[in-house]
Amino acid sequence: MAHIELRNVTKTFGGKAALKNLDLEIADGQFFVLLGETGAGKTTTLRIVAGLEKPDDGTILIDGVDVGGWGAAERDVALVLQQYSLYPRYTVRENLEFPLKSKIRRVAPAEIQERVERVARTLRIEHLLERKTDRLSGGEMQRVSIGRAIVRKPRVFLMDEPLSALDAKLREALRTELKRLQITLGATFLFVTHDQVEAMSMGDRIGVLDRGRLVQVGTPSEIYARPTNTFVARSVGSPPMNLLDGAVRDGAAVTEAGFSLPISVASAHEGRPVTFGVRPEHLRLDPEAPAKARVHDIEDHGVEKIVTLATGDAFVRLTAPATQHPRIDESVGFSWNPEKIILFDRTSGRNLSAA
Amino acid sequence: MAAVQTTGERTLNKLAIVSVLIVTMIFLAPIYWIVSTSFKPRNLATTVPPTIVFTPEVSPFVKLMLKRSQLREQPTPEEYAAAPWWERLVFDGGEKVVRDGKGEVQLSGYPSRFLNSLIVAIISTVLAVSMGTFTAYGFSRFKVKGEDDWLFFILSTRMLPPVVVAIPMFLMYRTFGLNDTHIGLIILYTAFNLSFSVWLMKGFIDEIPKEYEEAALVDGYTRMEAFFKIVLPEAATGIAATAVFCFITAWNEYVFALIMTRRDAQTAPPFIPSQVGSGLPDWTVIAAGTFLFLLPVAIFTFLLRRHLLRGMSFGAIRK
Repeated sequence: MAHIELRNVTKTFGGKAALKNLDLEIADGQFFVLLGETGAGKTTTLRIVAGLEKPDDGTILIDGVDVGGWGAAERDVALVLQQYSLYPRYTVRENLEFPLKSKIRRVAPAEIQERVERVARTLRIEHLLERKTDRLSGGEMQRVSIGRAIVRKPRVFLMDEPLSALDAKLREALRTELKRLQITLGATFLFVTHDQVEAMSMGDRIGVLDRGRLVQVGTPSEIYARPTNTFVARSVGSPPMNLLDGAVRDGAAVTEAGFSLPISVASAHEGRPVTFGVRPEHLRLDPEAPAKARVHDIEDHGVEKIVTLATGDAFVRLTAPATQHPRIDESVGFSWNPEKIILFDRTSGRNLSAA
Repeated sequence: MAAVQTTGERTLNKLAIVSVLIVTMIFLAPIYWIVSTSFKPRNLATTVPPTIVFTPEVSPFVKLMLKRSQLREQPTPEEYAAAPWWERLVFDGGEKVVRDGKGEVQLSGYPSRFLNSLIVAIISTVLAVSMGTFTAYGFSRFKVKGEDDWLFFILSTRMLPPVVVAIPMFLMYRTFGLNDTHIGLIILYTAFNLSFSVWLMKGFIDEIPKEYEEAALVDGYTRMEAFFKIVLPEAATGIAATAVFCFITAWNEYVFALIMTRRDAQTAPPFIPSQVGSGLPDWTVIAAGTFLFLLPVAIFTFLLRRHLLRGMSFGAIRK
């Protein structure tokens, strides 16, 4: 269990900045998810915390102690990777024993045995203990790999997209399992992913990384409801938030897509070029509404439908209850909840209501 | 292979098998010739047409191992009867075994040359492969300033035919007193093989995901421990392949061994043909020497064959 803090961490690879002045704080026992696209610097952050990479600048504190000069072995962190994290040629048991057999730990053989079996029970891999790792399925491999992390009782768990290589069903199952594990262990997790569903469903807090900068940190609901900029708005939520260019005129949003609907935002932004952000669930099909569009596509998810509307040269997505039955190419009216419209500055992409 | 074959395919298949057999026979013919000659009686070694059917005998091997001289007079029947079986074989060939003042049998030059070959080839292979593996690991895992230039420089040592440097090497060795020493040849062969070993091993180590070691580092192991526990077992295939190549190069080397050694450290390759010299060459003895010389490489390669097969395809396929 540990508290982690990164202060002003910068890292460049061959002149290309991977991380720029990153400040990050993870509380003890927190499940922290770093969300970002490939190349955003998530893995670099993780590797810096693990001690596999040295930052060019900045400090890393674990429990308030500067660990900048410590090697990976001394930091007492556990790492789970997307793949290649199990030693080939070893059996599952040998893999689980490996971290306990390190010279810096010196665990008694009886205790090794006991801990390995307990972990195997927790992760339901007891029947695999004597199997070689190349005879495991993807899900079993990741379970063993998580097992190798927890068998040590490390201070921090670092996970680099541990579920990305798995198929959807397994991913979902392991997601719940990991979260449950974190709660029972009460451990600090730093979990890296590009999958916003993983981030939203598992994280106590989420940090959104964009090209080496941490753009927003907050709870999943904060990030979802109040994205600091259009980047965050786009990366969280499925289907994603609708972003429409336009301007505010006389208390209404006039979009370049050709419709205008009322909003209830401060008039300070009157006339200024903005981007309106609205979540699909805050839009609805409404025959009375002044805004008209053509139904472009319908995805039926059973409980609800995701309807894509074409208006002007833009597409607007909304969720409609299963009771509504729009047809493709039908002309429909739609409206939105004026309370839920977020204004972003058109050029910088910053959330104007948050400032 | 397809489960169902047409008649045409079947004929083609048979043709392929026949041609492979023919090629194999062509390649094996010299080896057959060496082996069969080394078991022939001397008078059958050079007959025209060649003798295919004969009673094999071991006298060439006995003669190969012993120091002999021409008989001036035939041994007396008592002498002949008192001699052990191997000495009789030498008598039968019209020679006698040379003994020293105390009557001890003198060995020929071959056993010590063979031993020299083993010492030089094994030690230089171990050195070249281990140094090459470490160097390759360094180049593969760490940022080395001017990495490409270094690697090119290492490779460039192979760009000249080795004979070009023979005379300067000879002069250098004379200055340092390394001529006709084991250590001299070991240094030379290690240097020859090192560039090859570095390049080959780098290819193999590059293929081993560095995540394995990083996992070990995080798990509480030092870089060295991670190298020995994780990288080395994974690189075993590459090491085996590299070792075979280095061993063959060192074992077969002729020119430098000829120039740099005379007696003490002379290896088998320059020694065997030097025995063609005086009088009529005894081809059976030369063949016996060659046959024994072929064995270590054959055994070594045979022992590592599984690694070799995997090694060949492993390094070759690039993602």
